[in-house]
Amino acid sequence: MTHLLTNSPVLPVLILLSSALLGTVIAWRRPSLSWPFTISVVAVVTAISGYNLVRVLREGPIHYYQGNWAPPIGIEYVLDHLSAFVMLVVNTVALLVLFHARVVVKAETPGKELGYYGTALLMLCGFNGIIITGDLFNLYVFLEIGSLSLYGLIAVGERKAPIAAFRYLVMGTLAGCFYLLGIGFLYMKTGSLNMADTAAILPSMLGQPAVLVGLMFVFLGMGIKMALFPLHGWLPDAYTYAPSASSALIAPIGTKVGAYVLLRLVYFVFGITIIARTLPVAKVICWLAAAGIIYGSILAIAQRELKRMLAYSSIAQIGYVALGIGMANRWALTGAILHIMNHAFMKGCLFLTAANFRRKLGHSDISRFDWSIRKKMPWTMAAFSISALSMIGLPPMAGFFSKLFLAMGAVNGKHWIFLVVILFSSLLNAVYFFRVLEKAYLKPAGDAEAADGACARDEAVPSMLIPTLIMALLLIILGLLSTVIADGILAHIAPPGL
Amino acid sequence: MLRFLTGHYGYWFTLILLTIGLYGMIFKRNLVKKLIGMTIFQVSIIMFYLTCAAKFGGTVPVLIDDSGPAAVNPAAYINALPHTLMLTAIVVGVATTGVAFAIVITIYKRYKTLDEDVLLERMKKDHDAPAD
Repeated sequence: MTHLLTNSPVLPVLILLSSALLGTVIAWRRPSLSWPFTISVVAVVTAISGYNLVRVLREGPIHYYQGNWAPPIGIEYVLDHLSAFVMLVVNTVALLVLFHARVVVKAETPGKELGYYGTALLMLCGFNGIIITGDLFNLYVFLEIGSLSLYGLIAVGERKAPIAAFRYLVMGTLAGCFYLLGIGFLYMKTGSLNMADTAAILPSMLGQPAVLVGLMFVFLGMGIKMALFPLHGWLPDAYTYAPSASSALIAPIGTKVGAYVLLRLVYFVFGITIIARTLPVAKVICWLAAAGIIYGSILAIAQRELKRMLAYSSIAQIGYVALGIGMANRWALTGAILHIMNHAFMKGCLFLTAANFRRKLGHSDISRFDWSIRKKMPWTMAAFSISALSMIGLPPMAGFFSKLFLAMGAVNGKHWIFLVVILFSSLLNAVYFFRVLEKAYLKPAGDAEAADGACARDEAVPSMLIPTLIMALLLIILGLLSTVIADGILAHIAPPGL
Repeated sequence: MLRFLTGHYGYWFTLILLTIGLYGMIFKRNLVKKLIGMTIFQVSIIMFYLTCAAKFGGTVPVLIDDSGPAAVNPAAYINALPHTLMLTAIVVGVATTGVAFAIVITIYKRYKTLDEDVLLERMKKDHDAPAD
């Protein structure tokens, strides 16, 4: 047992990879077992990542050498405060969403449960690997494992889903190739693929064209993966047409992993000097992020379908994370990492409520919402309201605090325009969420039967309702704990030069 | 100048392949042709890695003469790592193509076409009459 625990950094990836294959076999022999198996595997992995975070807090960063080969030769897994934290967030969200998924998957993709859970586990394996690896090429492999599973999870959706998945596949592969090309240039120059090693060698060759070209390609690839404006083209259709369970799984953690990679590479591989002084990459990220925030929010206002509105809102929200990365100061970085967590829970909760609406009302058309929803599904509406308020950024919800940190970052770095963007976009958020809340709480129902108040309570089943409510509750708890998280965990993330 | 051109001709070919692939992915209207472009793009990156690992007069990285550490001269060997990396990249590429074909088949089954213009038209028709 102690032997197992010393190997805890590598366990999440190993368990997920092997159980993705095992799970498919189990599902094939006994379809009824596939969901319980998946949920228990993800629960174990979440527990291990919780243990990993505790271990990192107690012992400091852990460097795990695959097969005991030392870094420049072997592949290294780095479990530091950043990776342990993001990993726990990703796995917790996935656990809640997969718990919710049972009914939805059965209803929306009948007969395909067999492959669905296996693919979901494979996707999680890819994401966990991306987060923990300390090797540039290993990251590419995990990126492709995660992305390929993502395409599959999207493609099983409604009629138009394969087309959205195909477009995403072409864009995603392009992004992966750009990343590969970029690290090719870096490898040519440094002769190393280990992140820490590369970071140590790069400062001696700052201005060299090959390094800069490599940096640009890596940045472009990650920009597509995280749907940074204007590289977001694949996102709205993919999120809208995917099955509800998939969009709830992908929206909170899919683009976040891209943002995490950008953060990791910008701060821990290239270093502040190169991205802020040699090339104005940080500035470019900031401006694109600001444009994305405004663009995503305005288009979200224009949407009539809930899932599509949430998809555009995701483009805006990933902008906040990118803005935090680009502003390159302590406050903004803390805000960006906090927003990775907060947005994962907010968007997860919102997509879960969208799935509940689809299941019970048969649609998620905002124009058809009226106050019968409030009577039919009071708890789902409550969860929706909490996460909507958190998205807008009202204290004490979690969303307020990450925006506060970002705003403090903007003030500290004297980026006044970005401060205005953050505040203005909160206003836009308020517009598109209050539009839904207004319809659901105040708009009188059209048909006479509902107007009589005769519409019976028709809430989502407990297995769907409970995860939704836990997510909503977590938004309040995490909001109250955000200073604890910022001081206890995020303060230890110290990229060199910041 | 000529030296710059001929000295890097491997990279020029890679660049041309890269451009052809990108062109296919963006401008071709047929989904399978898009995939062909995508594959060319992936292969060009594999070629890029192999080109930068190439070396005149280098040999396979197997230690032939083990008369002490002095006999090990790194300049005499070709770096095997890029080749190994590209083996993995080839596998990734094949997997991507497989998933892509599965999706293309599903699209064809639902819409009976692979041409993007026709596809857009039929998608729009779906939108007007959302009967599944």
